[in-house]
Amino acid sequence: MSTKEDNDFPLWEVFTQKKSGAPYEHAGSLHASDSEMALQNARDVYSRRNEAVGIWVVESKHITASTPEDMGPFFDPANDKPYRHPQFYSVPRAVKKRK
Amino acid sequence: MENQTNLEEFQARIDAGEKIEPKEWMPEQYRSQLIRMMSQHAHSEIVGMLPEGNWIQRAPSLKRKLVLLAKVQDEAGHGLYLYSATETLGISRDELVQQYLYGKAKYSSIFNYPTMTYADVCVIGWLVDGAAIVNQTMLARSSYGPYSRANVRICKEESFHKKQGYEMIAKMMNGTEAQQKMAQEAVDRWWWPTLMMFGPHDTDSPNSEALMKWQVKLKSNDELRQHFVDRMVMEAEAIGIELPDPDLTFNEETGHWDFGDIPWDEFWNVVKGNGVMNRERMKARRNAYEGGEWVRDAAKAYARKKKLTQEKAS
Repeated sequence: MSTKEDNDFPLWEVFTQKKSGAPYEHAGSLHASDSEMALQNARDVYSRRNEAVGIWVVESKHITASTPEDMGPFFDPANDKPYRHPQFYSVPRAVKKRK
Repeated sequence: MENQTNLEEFQARIDAGEKIEPKEWMPEQYRSQLIRMMSQHAHSEIVGMLPEGNWIQRAPSLKRKLVLLAKVQDEAGHGLYLYSATETLGISRDELVQQYLYGKAKYSSIFNYPTMTYADVCVIGWLVDGAAIVNQTMLARSSYGPYSRANVRICKEESFHKKQGYEMIAKMMNGTEAQQKMAQEAVDRWWWPTLMMFGPHDTDSPNSEALMKWQVKLKSNDELRQHFVDRMVMEAEAIGIELPDPDLTFNEETGHWDFGDIPWDEFWNVVKGNGVMNRERMKARRNAYEGGEWVRDAAKAYARKKKLTQEKAS
């Protein structure tokens, strides 16, 4: 008997593009022996109803992700920079009205 | 660390309607209950392919064969979404399959009943998938993110399953006397087992309280069952088929349909493994898994070989 690790095909994350020009979004994951099988399985599992015009697959182990504990400090730098948003600035009333 | 503060914070997040994501802290019992429930759901989707797969080659027309093939393929897909979602809780696919095929994992008892005629396939679509949708619509709002998302996807696809079944039953009820009889007999066979799909009464359901406190489930077994009965009475009436329960009566006070006693002895007997098809279903699943081993090995060998060739070339 092989070990548990050996028995499973590697895990892949699937990203699909809904229509041309749209961003690729995470659709889910699946197991496959190689990238070719991962792509075919992704088509069968995540696009049986024309949900995608494009698919990316990437082995899950190659993804580095932020952790839930990061939520505060990691994203902090953005918090004190309201001047990055258009709402930060005032515009003369006359101009505002005209839109 | 499972201390009181953690538990309270967790409950507060749940109560605020937040979703829990895989890497976030969760009580051990939340995790283990989810693994049990989600893997049972996944196994059910996979075993659910068998009763209908039985009729693919004997579908009454090319159109019905295409529909049935698509539906059975969807069930495989649903199983895969759910397995992936379960794996986010830290259990491997292989462990899940082992528990299912050689361990004590359960799947929905409904799939331990045989499909005697094509009308059974129609009724599975109408009643069994109808009941599954009631359940899964609720689970689409479950507090565990991956489970909720898997159910959203499933619900989108499953509504065609129910509709095609209802359409076929309606068609049979519009057909010859023999066809009507066939449809009625199938409904007689499946009605009570379908009501059992919602699980034991709330008073006999040991896991329900915790699952509802954590909003894994948002409605109780009896609430969901009542919702299903009310809807099915209306749908049955519309096509002139009878539900085999002489106690079905409209309750003016509650605004719901009261129904007769569910034969729970039969339910527990099937759960324990003594249904008509329990042994056959498990045998078919094990054969499929073991018979497919050489394919998995070949795929792995091919992947290894391709990788070696690439490494040599570079």
